[in-house]
Amino acid sequence: MPETASTLSDLRRSLAEAALRSGPAAAGRIGLGVPALDEALNGGLARAALHEIYAAEVADLAAATGFALGLALRAGQVEEKAAGRPILWVRQDFVDAEAGRLHAPGLNELGLDPARLLLVRARDGEGVLRAGAEAARCPALSAVLIEPWGEPRPFDLTASRRLALATEASGVPVLLLRVAATEAPSAARTRWQVRAFASRALEANAPGAPAFALRLLRQRGGAAEREWRVEWDRDRHCFAERSLSDRASRTGHAAPLSRPLVSLSGDGQVAADGRDSGLRRAG
Amino acid sequence: MGAIPASGAPAEKPHALVEIQGNALRLVDCDQRAVALGLTRGMTLADARARIPDLVVLETQPQADGEFLEALAGFCDRFTPLVALDEPHGLMLDITGCAHLFGGEAGLGTLAARAMQRGGLQLKAAIAGTPDAARACARHGRGGIVPPGQEEALLRSLPTAALDTDAETVIALSRAGLKTLDHLAERPSETLSARFGEALAVKLRRILGHEDRRITPLRLPPDCVVERHFAEPFADTASLEAVVVRLIGEAARVLEVRGEGGRVFELGFFRSDGTVRRLVIETGRPSRDAGALLRLYRERIETLADPLDPGFGFDAIKLAVPLCEPLDTPQHSLDGRAIEEEAVADLVDRLVTRFGRDRVLRFAAQDTHHPVRAAKALSAAAPVPETPWLAPEPQEPPARPLQLFEPPQPVEAIAEVPDGPPIRFRWRRLTHDVARAEGPERIAPEWWRDGSDEPMRDYYRVEDAQGRRFWLYRVGFYEADSAPPRWFLHGLFA
Repeated sequence: MPETASTLSDLRRSLAEAALRSGPAAAGRIGLGVPALDEALNGGLARAALHEIYAAEVADLAAATGFALGLALRAGQVEEKAAGRPILWVRQDFVDAEAGRLHAPGLNELGLDPARLLLVRARDGEGVLRAGAEAARCPALSAVLIEPWGEPRPFDLTASRRLALATEASGVPVLLLRVAATEAPSAARTRWQVRAFASRALEANAPGAPAFALRLLRQRGGAAEREWRVEWDRDRHCFAERSLSDRASRTGHAAPLSRPLVSLSGDGQVAADGRDSGLRRAG
Repeated sequence: MGAIPASGAPAEKPHALVEIQGNALRLVDCDQRAVALGLTRGMTLADARARIPDLVVLETQPQADGEFLEALAGFCDRFTPLVALDEPHGLMLDITGCAHLFGGEAGLGTLAARAMQRGGLQLKAAIAGTPDAARACARHGRGGIVPPGQEEALLRSLPTAALDTDAETVIALSRAGLKTLDHLAERPSETLSARFGEALAVKLRRILGHEDRRITPLRLPPDCVVERHFAEPFADTASLEAVVVRLIGEAARVLEVRGEGGRVFELGFFRSDGTVRRLVIETGRPSRDAGALLRLYRERIETLADPLDPGFGFDAIKLAVPLCEPLDTPQHSLDGRAIEEEAVADLVDRLVTRFGRDRVLRFAAQDTHHPVRAAKALSAAAPVPETPWLAPEPQEPPARPLQLFEPPQPVEAIAEVPDGPPIRFRWRRLTHDVARAEGPERIAPEWWRDGSDEPMRDYYRVEDAQGRRFWLYRVGFYEADSAPPRWFLHGLFA
């Protein structure tokens, strides 16, 4: 039965290929630099896949953006070939109005050379999706970041499937940054929720490196509903884990001297006399 | 060639255009019916009304006239790329080397006349060896074709008004008994220029064909043009694209032979009713890749706010490449980096075509400490200057925010006197308790740039109890005798 034999070998080969594609030792994985995280992700974030990042609240958008940028930078870091490739960022105009526009020196401070960034500004959700889909098909990018505001109608299950197919073909990770949106079914490989997290205080109680509280909401074919505290190490271009007890010990150590505080009453007036207490209100 | 707005409209009554000149309304132009009834230019409206009570009077609209004439110039683009306005109401076409495409000078003349007639215009045209001879012949003579070298013989009989000088000179000439160009040509040109200025003598020489000049075309002649003219107008979208495909291929071949690539491609669709629609495709770097150009064309067609309307059909399509740059035959490098760059450039071109130049951006560093001006967003359609970004200080947290509010958002804050960081602030109806803070970083305004007396700003990096990081600044100081300082939120850190 030569036919069966060949069919069998074909099957074996395709199985092996599939294993290579999804196995823990697969090349198409972006390690985040945190062993516990990478383990939970089966070796890292799948490269040729769509990932969704939700800001826990609108006020956490900057944190979610920072986390997404970190992932995009990791994508360029892990694979030598992708190192100098541009990152394409599609942003809806409304995000600029609501959360401030992207500030190139700030990107630089997080480790992204702004010369590597291509920014596409789209007026509405449809434009964001179109530009994102166009970019996801281009294999010469390091990563694609798509940032609509809220829940534009075009961002449905079909659209996310289309994006997932495009990224599978091109091998470029697509990060979908969602803010002011509730979870909806999608073809994303992983789904994250990001919340800002207290940084490790530096000398004189100065805010430290960006820190995030991550929650893996969903992972296709993997464990989910787990939480981590990480911070972004810009010098090494990777994430580092923060222990949950980290915060208390650190803040205890670097607690500021107690100072007299004036309370802010309901109508916005300072209750105590500012001059006497050494504090004054302005606004 | 001169085109005179016609009175071809089926109106029964005489029409006239008026304008306020001095303190009176005067006629500027009349149609043929009005002329036949004895009205002339410069007559006051009251006078004209007294003679012809049912005269229809309209106000002049020089702006609209100008726009119409420019549209007409665009239409004439089909005959030659060198079209200039010839005020008033005239167009000047340089048809050197173009006439044979339309069946010779006579053929071109008839074609133009017929086209103008269809648009309801009357055309008086002349073809001559020099622009001035053609103009004089069209405006003051009988029009038609002046054979080469015959200018002097045919145009000598024109009146001195053909010199286009001011009325006083014409009167002065006629007082001296000089009524036609013939009279002037007989006189030695030195005497003429001594009495009436050099310009008059030059003009005379030009009209009589002794001297030539170039016209200044309205649109610069493109480096490379390919076009198709059709015997019958057609409106079918599929064959339209087939024509565009062939034109793009042809242009690509022409550019390849020259070793050049185009940066701007302009497709002109000439509708049979005279309307011209132009689509512009831009590329980030010189290109002659027919496939990529065709993709950009399709993208452009798809994103048109008002789609390409064939009307009664197109009778000509023209692809012009106004901007060419040298482009060597691409060599495929071994590391594949060049191919990747090519792919990104193609992507940028497609995005630019779809979303517009100002929507696809790259950042360039600026040499300034002003937070807002530190980066400039430039269109990715053009090469962005390579400016190095300063590497961030190692081991230090980000000193500049990821997102910046422009303009900064006012907040209410309480802070320690005199220059302590805020302890608590209220932004967008939420109160934030500051857990960590750093500052102030004092940033002075760049008075030498904008000359403004914008006050100094003291910036603070703060983190609230929830771990969100902000960039706040204070304007003014806590002083007893001055207005209380104001606080603003300028950015958000990751």
